[in-house]
Amino acid sequence: MNTIFLILDILIDIIMVVLPLFLIVAYTTYSERKIIGFMQSRLGPTRVGPFGILQPIADVIKLLTKEVIIPSNASKGLFLTAPIIMLVPSLLVWSVIPLSEYFVIANINAGLLFILALTSLSVYGVILAGWASNSKYAFLGSMRSAAQIIAYEIAMGFALVGVLMAAGSLNLQEIILSQRGGIFNWYWLPLFPLFVIYLIAGVAETNRAPFDVSEGESEIVAGFHVEYSGVAFAMFFLAEYMNLILISILVSIMFFGGWLSPFEGTFFESYSQWIPGFVWLSIKTLSFIFIFLWLRATLPRYRYDQIMRLGWKIFLPITIIWIFLEGIMIYYKVEPWFVI
Amino acid sequence: MDTGNVMLLEYLPIFIFLVFALIFATIMLGIGFTFGPHNPDVEKNSPYECGFEAFEDSRMKFDIRYYLVAILFIIFDLEIAFLFPWAIVIHDIGIYGLISMAIFLFILIIGFIYEWKKGALEWD
Repeated sequence: MNTIFLILDILIDIIMVVLPLFLIVAYTTYSERKIIGFMQSRLGPTRVGPFGILQPIADVIKLLTKEVIIPSNASKGLFLTAPIIMLVPSLLVWSVIPLSEYFVIANINAGLLFILALTSLSVYGVILAGWASNSKYAFLGSMRSAAQIIAYEIAMGFALVGVLMAAGSLNLQEIILSQRGGIFNWYWLPLFPLFVIYLIAGVAETNRAPFDVSEGESEIVAGFHVEYSGVAFAMFFLAEYMNLILISILVSIMFFGGWLSPFEGTFFESYSQWIPGFVWLSIKTLSFIFIFLWLRATLPRYRYDQIMRLGWKIFLPITIIWIFLEGIMIYYKVEPWFVI
Repeated sequence: MDTGNVMLLEYLPIFIFLVFALIFATIMLGIGFTFGPHNPDVEKNSPYECGFEAFEDSRMKFDIRYYLVAILFIIFDLEIAFLFPWAIVIHDIGIYGLISMAIFLFILIIGFIYEWKKGALEWD
Protein backbone atom coordinates (compact mmCIF):
# COMPACT_ATOMS: atom_id res chain seq x y z
CA MET A 1 0.00 0.00 0.00
CA ASN A 2 2.77 2.37 0.98
CA THR A 3 4.64 1.64 -2.22
CA ILE A 4 1.62 2.59 -4.33
CA PHE A 5 1.32 5.93 -2.53
CA LEU A 6 5.03 6.52 -2.98
CA ILE A 7 4.81 5.85 -6.71
CA LEU A 8 1.69 8.03 -7.04
CA ASP A 9 3.47 10.80 -5.17
CA ILE A 10 6.41 10.60 -7.57
CA LEU A 11 4.08 10.54 -10.58
CA ILE A 12 2.36 13.71 -9.36
CA ASP A 13 5.78 15.35 -8.98
CA ILE A 14 6.69 14.31 -12.51
CA ILE A 15 3.46 15.70 -13.96
CA MET A 16 3.95 18.92 -11.98
CA VAL A 17 7.24 19.37 -13.82
CA VAL A 18 6.36 18.05 -17.25
CA LEU A 19 3.08 19.90 -17.87
CA PRO A 20 4.42 23.40 -17.12
CA LEU A 21 7.53 22.47 -19.11
CA PHE A 22 5.44 21.75 -22.22
CA LEU A 23 3.58 25.00 -21.72
CA ILE A 24 6.89 26.87 -21.46
CA VAL A 25 8.15 25.14 -24.61
CA ALA A 26 4.98 26.16 -26.46
CA TYR A 27 5.30 29.76 -25.36
CA THR A 28 9.05 29.83 -26.00
CA THR A 29 8.24 29.17 -29.65
CA TYR A 30 5.62 31.92 -29.54
CA SER A 31 7.94 34.43 -27.89
CA GLU A 32 10.71 33.43 -30.26
CA ARG A 33 8.56 34.40 -33.22
CA LYS A 34 7.29 37.54 -31.52
CA ILE A 35 10.69 38.73 -30.26
CA ILE A 36 12.53 38.04 -33.50
CA GLY A 37 9.61 39.63 -35.32
CA PHE A 38 9.88 42.84 -33.31
CA MET A 39 13.67 42.86 -33.64
CA GLN A 40 13.26 42.73 -37.41
CA SER A 41 10.41 45.29 -37.51
CA ARG A 42 7.72 42.71 -38.14
CA LEU A 43 4.73 41.78 -36.02
CA GLY A 44 5.16 38.02 -35.69
CA PRO A 45 2.05 35.86 -35.30
CA THR A 46 -1.13 37.98 -34.89
CA ARG A 47 -4.03 35.94 -36.28
CA VAL A 48 -4.86 33.19 -33.77
CA GLY A 49 -6.35 34.78 -30.65
CA PRO A 50 -5.49 38.27 -29.34
CA PHE A 51 -1.88 39.13 -30.32
CA GLY A 52 -1.62 35.61 -31.74
CA ILE A 53 -1.44 34.23 -28.22
CA LEU A 54 -3.15 30.97 -29.19
CA GLN A 55 -0.73 30.36 -32.07
CA PRO A 56 1.33 27.62 -30.32
CA ILE A 57 -1.85 25.71 -29.45
CA ALA A 58 -2.96 25.83 -33.07
CA ASP A 59 0.52 24.62 -34.05
CA VAL A 60 0.31 21.67 -31.67
CA ILE A 61 -3.10 20.62 -33.00
CA LYS A 62 -1.83 20.92 -36.55
CA LEU A 63 1.28 18.83 -35.86
CA LEU A 64 -0.72 16.12 -34.10
CA THR A 65 -3.16 15.67 -36.97
CA LYS A 66 -0.70 15.62 -39.88
CA GLU A 67 0.41 12.49 -41.65
CA VAL A 68 3.61 10.85 -40.42
CA ILE A 69 5.41 10.09 -43.67
CA ILE A 70 7.86 7.19 -43.61
CA PRO A 71 10.08 7.46 -46.71
CA SER A 72 10.13 4.30 -48.81
CA ASN A 73 13.93 3.88 -48.56
CA ALA A 74 14.10 4.48 -44.82
CA SER A 75 14.85 1.84 -42.19
CA LYS A 76 11.41 1.92 -40.58
CA GLY A 77 12.31 0.73 -37.08
CA LEU A 78 15.25 3.08 -36.62
CA PHE A 79 13.34 5.90 -38.29
CA LEU A 80 10.65 5.72 -35.61
CA THR A 81 13.08 5.04 -32.74
CA ALA A 82 15.14 8.17 -33.38
CA PRO A 83 12.55 10.72 -32.16
CA ILE A 84 11.95 8.60 -29.04
CA ILE A 85 15.69 8.51 -28.32
CA MET A 86 15.78 12.29 -28.75
CA LEU A 87 12.79 13.00 -26.52
CA VAL A 88 13.28 10.58 -23.61
CA PRO A 89 16.69 11.84 -22.35
CA SER A 90 15.69 15.48 -22.67
CA LEU A 91 12.62 14.76 -20.52
CA LEU A 92 14.51 12.60 -18.06
CA VAL A 93 17.13 15.26 -17.29
CA TRP A 94 14.46 17.29 -15.52
CA SER A 95 14.26 14.72 -12.74
CA VAL A 96 17.40 16.09 -11.07
CA ILE A 97 16.92 19.83 -11.65
CA PRO A 98 16.19 21.65 -8.38
CA LEU A 99 13.36 24.10 -9.09
CA SER A 100 13.33 25.59 -5.59
CA GLU A 101 14.78 25.06 -2.12
CA TYR A 102 12.35 22.20 -1.51
CA PHE A 103 11.37 20.83 -4.87
CA VAL A 104 13.41 18.37 -6.89
CA ILE A 105 12.06 15.05 -8.16
CA ALA A 106 15.19 13.03 -7.37
CA ASN A 107 17.81 14.67 -5.17
CA ILE A 108 20.63 12.31 -6.12
CA ASN A 109 24.30 12.75 -5.26
CA ALA A 110 25.57 12.30 -8.79
CA GLY A 111 23.23 14.94 -10.26
CA LEU A 112 25.67 16.70 -12.56
CA LEU A 113 27.16 13.41 -13.80
CA PHE A 114 23.64 12.24 -14.61
CA ILE A 115 23.00 15.42 -16.60
CA LEU A 116 26.29 15.10 -18.49
CA ALA A 117 25.46 11.48 -19.34
CA LEU A 118 21.92 12.20 -20.53
CA THR A 119 22.73 15.27 -22.58
CA SER A 120 25.38 13.17 -24.38
CA LEU A 121 22.66 10.75 -25.47
CA SER A 122 20.95 13.23 -27.78
CA VAL A 123 23.73 12.77 -30.34
CA TYR A 124 22.53 9.19 -30.89
CA GLY A 125 19.10 10.47 -31.83
CA VAL A 126 20.66 12.84 -34.35
CA ILE A 127 22.86 10.15 -35.94
CA LEU A 128 20.04 7.60 -36.03
CA ALA A 129 17.60 10.06 -37.57
CA GLY A 130 20.07 11.03 -40.29
CA TRP A 131 21.08 7.48 -41.04
CA ALA A 132 17.61 5.91 -40.96
CA SER A 133 16.07 8.55 -43.25
CA ASN A 134 18.31 7.43 -46.13
CA SER A 135 18.26 10.90 -47.64
CA LYS A 136 21.27 12.98 -48.60
CA TYR A 137 20.29 16.12 -46.75
CA ALA A 138 19.43 14.21 -43.61
CA PHE A 139 22.71 12.29 -43.77
CA LEU A 140 24.88 15.38 -44.28
CA GLY A 141 22.98 17.27 -41.60
CA SER A 142 23.38 14.50 -39.05
CA MET A 143 27.13 14.16 -39.71
CA ARG A 144 27.67 17.88 -39.31
CA SER A 145 25.45 18.08 -36.29
CA ALA A 146 27.01 15.10 -34.52
CA ALA A 147 30.58 16.32 -35.07
CA GLN A 148 29.60 19.76 -33.81
CA ILE A 149 27.80 18.42 -30.73
CA ILE A 150 30.70 16.22 -29.63
CA ALA A 151 33.26 18.97 -30.30
CA TYR A 152 31.42 21.36 -28.00
CA GLU A 153 30.67 18.69 -25.45
CA ILE A 154 34.38 18.65 -24.57
CA ALA A 155 34.37 22.37 -23.79
CA MET A 156 31.11 21.93 -21.88
CA GLY A 157 32.51 19.05 -19.86
CA PHE A 158 35.58 21.05 -18.90
CA ALA A 159 33.39 23.97 -17.85
CA LEU A 160 31.40 21.57 -15.64
CA VAL A 161 34.66 20.35 -14.08
CA GLY A 162 35.40 23.97 -13.15
CA VAL A 163 32.06 24.25 -11.33
CA LEU A 164 32.64 20.93 -9.57
CA MET A 165 36.05 22.06 -8.35
CA ALA A 166 34.55 25.19 -6.86
CA ALA A 167 31.54 23.49 -5.29
CA GLY A 168 33.18 20.19 -4.34
CA SER A 169 29.94 18.31 -5.01
CA LEU A 170 27.97 16.79 -7.87
CA ASN A 171 24.64 17.42 -6.17
CA LEU A 172 22.91 20.41 -7.74
CA GLN A 173 21.33 21.62 -4.50
CA GLU A 174 24.76 21.67 -2.86
CA ILE A 175 26.23 23.49 -5.85
CA ILE A 176 23.59 26.18 -5.35
CA LEU A 177 24.11 26.31 -1.60
CA SER A 178 27.87 26.71 -1.98
CA GLN A 179 27.19 29.99 -3.85
CA ARG A 180 25.43 31.60 -0.88
CA GLY A 181 26.10 35.22 0.01
CA GLY A 182 24.96 37.56 -2.77
CA ILE A 183 25.66 38.29 -6.40
CA PHE A 184 29.44 38.42 -6.08
CA ASN A 185 29.60 35.00 -4.46
CA TRP A 186 27.97 33.32 -7.44
CA TYR A 187 30.38 31.43 -9.65
CA TRP A 188 30.00 33.67 -12.71
CA LEU A 189 32.68 35.96 -11.29
CA PRO A 190 35.54 33.58 -10.46
CA LEU A 191 34.64 31.26 -13.35
CA PHE A 192 33.79 33.96 -15.88
CA PRO A 193 35.60 32.38 -18.89
CA LEU A 194 33.99 29.03 -18.12
CA PHE A 195 30.56 30.67 -17.84
CA VAL A 196 30.91 32.32 -21.25
CA ILE A 197 32.21 29.10 -22.80
CA TYR A 198 29.40 27.05 -21.25
CA LEU A 199 26.77 29.45 -22.57
CA ILE A 200 28.19 29.52 -26.10
CA ALA A 201 28.79 25.75 -26.11
CA GLY A 202 25.18 25.39 -24.99
CA VAL A 203 24.01 27.31 -28.05
CA ALA A 204 26.17 25.04 -30.22
CA GLU A 205 24.93 21.89 -28.46
CA THR A 206 21.32 22.73 -29.18
CA ASN A 207 22.17 23.47 -32.83
CA ARG A 208 20.74 26.97 -32.63
CA ALA A 209 21.76 30.09 -34.52
CA PRO A 210 24.54 31.15 -35.04
CA PHE A 211 25.69 27.51 -34.92
CA ASP A 212 22.79 26.08 -36.92
CA VAL A 213 24.78 24.65 -39.86
CA SER A 214 23.16 21.28 -39.24
CA GLU A 215 19.83 22.71 -40.30
CA GLY A 216 21.00 25.69 -42.31
CA GLU A 217 17.82 26.27 -44.29
CA SER A 218 19.62 27.66 -47.33
CA GLU A 219 22.12 24.79 -47.58
CA ILE A 220 20.67 21.47 -46.47
CA VAL A 221 17.04 22.37 -45.76
CA ALA A 222 16.20 21.05 -42.29
CA GLY A 223 19.26 18.85 -41.76
CA PHE A 224 18.84 15.57 -39.95
CA HIS A 225 15.06 15.80 -39.55
CA VAL A 226 14.25 16.78 -43.13
CA GLU A 227 12.29 13.56 -43.75
CA TYR A 228 10.24 13.81 -40.58
CA SER A 229 6.70 15.15 -40.59
CA GLY A 230 3.76 15.53 -38.26
CA VAL A 231 4.18 14.27 -34.74
CA ALA A 232 7.62 12.72 -35.35
CA PHE A 233 8.90 16.17 -36.28
CA ALA A 234 7.11 17.64 -33.27
CA MET A 235 9.09 15.30 -31.01
CA PHE A 236 12.41 16.58 -32.39
CA PHE A 237 11.14 20.11 -32.00
CA LEU A 238 10.02 19.49 -28.43
CA ALA A 239 13.35 17.91 -27.51
CA GLU A 240 15.26 20.81 -29.05
CA TYR A 241 13.35 23.44 -27.12
CA MET A 242 13.48 21.47 -23.88
CA ASN A 243 17.27 21.33 -24.31
CA LEU A 244 17.33 25.08 -24.86
CA ILE A 245 15.43 25.64 -21.62
CA LEU A 246 17.63 23.09 -19.88
CA ILE A 247 20.83 24.90 -20.86
CA SER A 248 19.35 28.17 -19.62
CA ILE A 249 18.34 26.69 -16.27
CA LEU A 250 21.72 24.94 -15.88
CA VAL A 251 23.59 28.18 -16.48
CA SER A 252 21.42 29.86 -13.85
CA ILE A 253 22.02 27.02 -11.40
CA MET A 254 25.74 26.60 -11.87
CA PHE A 255 26.89 30.17 -12.42
CA PHE A 256 24.07 32.38 -11.13
CA GLY A 257 23.09 30.81 -7.84
CA GLY A 258 19.94 28.98 -8.95
CA TRP A 259 17.08 29.92 -6.62
CA LEU A 260 19.25 32.15 -4.41
CA SER A 261 18.12 35.76 -4.08
CA PRO A 262 20.42 38.34 -5.69
CA PHE A 263 19.79 40.69 -2.74
CA GLU A 264 21.43 38.40 -0.23
CA GLY A 265 23.73 40.30 2.10
CA THR A 266 22.49 43.73 0.99
CA PHE A 267 20.13 46.34 2.36
CA PHE A 268 17.16 44.84 0.45
CA GLU A 269 17.55 41.36 1.84
CA SER A 270 14.85 41.68 4.52
CA TYR A 271 12.42 43.32 2.07
CA SER A 272 12.76 40.63 -0.57
CA GLN A 273 12.56 37.67 1.79
CA TRP A 274 8.94 36.93 0.84
CA ILE A 275 9.85 36.24 -2.78
CA PRO A 276 10.12 32.45 -3.21
CA GLY A 277 13.31 30.97 -4.65
CA PHE A 278 11.38 29.62 -7.62
CA VAL A 279 10.70 33.18 -8.82
CA TRP A 280 14.40 34.07 -8.82
CA LEU A 281 15.25 30.89 -10.70
CA SER A 282 12.54 31.65 -13.28
CA ILE A 283 13.75 35.21 -13.79
CA LYS A 284 17.32 34.05 -14.33
CA THR A 285 16.28 31.23 -16.66
CA LEU A 286 13.96 33.43 -18.72
CA SER A 287 16.73 35.99 -19.19
CA PHE A 288 19.00 33.31 -20.62
CA ILE A 289 16.23 32.04 -22.90
CA PHE A 290 15.84 35.63 -24.09
CA ILE A 291 19.57 35.79 -24.85
CA PHE A 292 19.26 32.61 -26.92
CA LEU A 293 16.43 34.16 -28.96
CA TRP A 294 18.29 37.43 -29.29
CA LEU A 295 21.37 35.66 -30.67
CA ARG A 296 19.23 34.11 -33.37
CA ALA A 297 17.84 37.48 -34.43
CA THR A 298 21.21 39.23 -34.43
CA LEU A 299 24.01 36.95 -35.60
CA PRO A 300 24.58 35.47 -39.07
CA ARG A 301 25.43 31.79 -39.38
CA TYR A 302 29.00 30.66 -38.72
CA ARG A 303 30.90 28.72 -41.35
CA TYR A 304 31.51 25.08 -40.42
CA ASP A 305 35.31 25.28 -40.26
CA GLN A 306 34.99 28.36 -38.05
CA ILE A 307 32.71 26.46 -35.69
CA MET A 308 35.15 23.58 -35.37
CA ARG A 309 38.06 25.98 -34.91
CA LEU A 310 36.24 27.82 -32.15
CA GLY A 311 35.42 24.60 -30.33
CA TRP A 312 38.76 22.84 -30.54
CA LYS A 313 41.39 25.58 -30.84
CA ILE A 314 39.94 28.35 -28.68
CA PHE A 315 37.51 26.93 -26.12
CA LEU A 316 39.47 23.81 -25.25
CA PRO A 317 42.79 25.57 -24.43
CA ILE A 318 40.99 28.31 -22.47
CA THR A 319 39.09 25.80 -20.32
CA ILE A 320 42.22 23.76 -19.57
CA ILE A 321 44.18 26.87 -18.59
CA TRP A 322 41.34 28.14 -16.42
CA ILE A 323 40.95 24.80 -14.66
CA PHE A 324 44.63 24.92 -13.80
CA LEU A 325 44.37 28.52 -12.54
CA GLU A 326 41.31 27.57 -10.53
CA GLY A 327 43.25 24.72 -8.95
CA ILE A 328 45.86 27.23 -7.80
CA MET A 329 43.15 29.59 -6.51
CA ILE A 330 41.62 26.72 -4.55
CA TYR A 331 45.02 25.81 -3.14
CA TYR A 332 45.46 29.36 -1.85
CA LYS A 333 41.79 29.45 -0.70
CA VAL A 334 40.92 32.72 -2.46
CA GLU A 335 38.08 34.52 -0.64
CA PRO A 336 35.08 34.29 -0.75
CA TRP A 337 34.51 31.54 -3.31
CA PHE A 338 37.01 28.83 -2.56
CA VAL A 339 36.74 28.42 1.20
CA ILE A 340 34.84 25.34 2.29
CA MET B 1 17.22 -0.23 5.89
CA ASP B 2 20.91 -0.40 4.97
CA THR B 3 22.65 2.34 3.04
CA GLY B 4 22.57 0.52 -0.30
CA ASN B 5 18.77 0.43 -0.26
CA VAL B 6 18.52 4.10 0.70
CA MET B 7 20.71 5.00 -2.26
CA LEU B 8 18.62 2.90 -4.61
CA LEU B 9 15.48 4.57 -3.28
CA GLU B 10 16.94 7.93 -4.33
CA TYR B 11 17.00 6.64 -7.89
CA LEU B 12 13.43 5.31 -7.82
CA PRO B 13 11.91 8.59 -9.10
CA ILE B 14 14.34 8.54 -12.01
CA PHE B 15 13.30 5.02 -12.91
CA ILE B 16 9.62 5.98 -12.76
CA PHE B 17 10.35 9.08 -14.84
CA LEU B 18 12.12 6.89 -17.41
CA VAL B 19 9.10 4.59 -17.71
CA PHE B 20 6.82 7.65 -17.89
CA ALA B 21 8.95 9.26 -20.62
CA LEU B 22 9.11 6.08 -22.71
CA ILE B 23 5.34 5.58 -22.49
CA PHE B 24 4.73 9.26 -23.22
CA ALA B 25 6.97 9.25 -26.30
CA THR B 26 5.36 6.07 -27.64
CA ILE B 27 1.85 7.42 -27.08
CA MET B 28 2.80 10.64 -28.82
CA LEU B 29 3.94 8.73 -31.91
CA GLY B 30 0.78 6.63 -31.66
CA ILE B 31 -1.40 9.75 -31.69
CA GLY B 32 0.27 10.84 -34.91
CA PHE B 33 -0.55 7.53 -36.57
CA THR B 34 -4.14 7.44 -35.28
CA PHE B 35 -5.25 11.00 -35.95
CA GLY B 36 -3.15 11.73 -39.01
CA PRO B 37 -4.28 10.72 -42.50
CA HIS B 38 -2.45 7.93 -44.26
CA ASN B 39 -2.33 8.26 -48.04
CA PRO B 40 0.93 6.75 -49.26
CA ASP B 41 2.11 7.82 -52.69
CA VAL B 42 5.27 6.91 -54.56
CA GLU B 43 6.33 10.52 -55.03
CA LYS B 44 5.46 11.55 -51.49
CA ASN B 45 7.41 8.69 -49.93
CA SER B 46 10.54 9.19 -52.00
CA PRO B 47 13.46 10.91 -50.22
CA TYR B 48 13.40 14.69 -50.50
CA GLU B 49 15.92 16.05 -52.98
CA CYS B 50 14.50 19.43 -54.03
CA GLY B 51 11.99 17.84 -56.38
CA PHE B 52 14.52 15.81 -58.32
CA GLU B 53 14.38 12.05 -58.39
CA ALA B 54 16.93 10.68 -55.95
CA PHE B 55 19.99 9.42 -57.73
CA GLU B 56 22.50 6.92 -56.27
CA ASP B 57 22.44 5.70 -52.68
CA SER B 58 22.40 8.41 -50.04
CA ARG B 59 24.60 6.36 -47.71
CA MET B 60 27.65 7.65 -49.48
CA LYS B 61 31.28 8.02 -48.52
CA PHE B 62 31.85 10.83 -46.11
CA ASP B 63 34.79 12.89 -45.00
CA ILE B 64 37.35 11.08 -42.83
CA ARG B 65 37.55 14.14 -40.56
CA TYR B 66 34.21 13.36 -38.97
CA TYR B 67 35.75 10.08 -37.92
CA LEU B 68 38.86 11.84 -36.58
CA VAL B 69 36.69 14.19 -34.54
CA ALA B 70 34.92 11.21 -33.02
CA ILE B 71 38.24 9.62 -31.99
CA LEU B 72 39.52 12.87 -30.48
CA PHE B 73 36.22 13.20 -28.66
CA ILE B 74 36.67 9.81 -26.99
CA ILE B 75 40.11 10.78 -25.70
CA PHE B 76 38.98 14.08 -24.26
CA ASP B 77 35.73 12.74 -22.89
CA LEU B 78 37.67 10.08 -21.00
CA GLU B 79 39.86 12.89 -19.72
CA ILE B 80 36.74 14.62 -18.37
CA ALA B 81 35.66 11.36 -16.75
CA PHE B 82 39.02 11.30 -14.94
CA LEU B 83 38.72 14.95 -13.93
CA PHE B 84 35.26 14.57 -12.36
CA PRO B 85 36.27 12.60 -9.22
CA TRP B 86 39.44 14.67 -8.89
CA ALA B 87 37.43 17.91 -8.99
CA ILE B 88 35.17 16.77 -6.16
CA VAL B 89 37.97 16.05 -3.70
CA ILE B 90 40.34 18.82 -4.74
CA HIS B 91 39.70 20.68 -1.48
CA ASP B 92 41.07 17.72 0.48
CA ILE B 93 44.03 16.51 -1.54
CA GLY B 94 46.05 19.73 -1.51
CA ILE B 95 49.20 20.44 -3.52
CA TYR B 96 49.92 16.77 -4.19
CA GLY B 97 46.64 16.28 -6.06
CA LEU B 98 47.13 19.52 -7.97
CA ILE B 99 50.61 18.56 -9.20
CA SER B 100 49.60 15.02 -10.20
CA MET B 101 46.71 16.39 -12.25
CA ALA B 102 49.01 19.02 -13.78
CA ILE B 103 51.37 16.23 -14.95
CA PHE B 104 48.41 14.23 -16.31
CA LEU B 105 47.03 17.27 -18.15
CA PHE B 106 50.51 18.09 -19.45
CA ILE B 107 50.78 14.67 -21.14
CA LEU B 108 47.35 15.21 -22.67
CA ILE B 109 48.33 18.67 -23.88
CA ILE B 110 51.40 17.26 -25.65
CA GLY B 111 49.06 14.97 -27.56
CA PHE B 112 46.74 17.88 -28.26
CA ILE B 113 49.58 20.01 -29.66
CA TYR B 114 50.70 17.07 -31.80
CA GLU B 115 47.26 16.60 -33.35
CA TRP B 116 46.96 20.37 -33.87
CA LYS B 117 50.32 20.48 -35.71
CA LYS B 118 49.39 17.38 -37.74
CA GLY B 119 46.32 19.23 -38.97
CA ALA B 120 43.66 16.95 -37.49
CA LEU B 121 41.70 20.04 -36.47
CA GLU B 122 41.80 21.75 -39.87
CA TRP B 123 38.59 22.03 -41.92
CA ASP B 124 38.96 23.77 -45.23
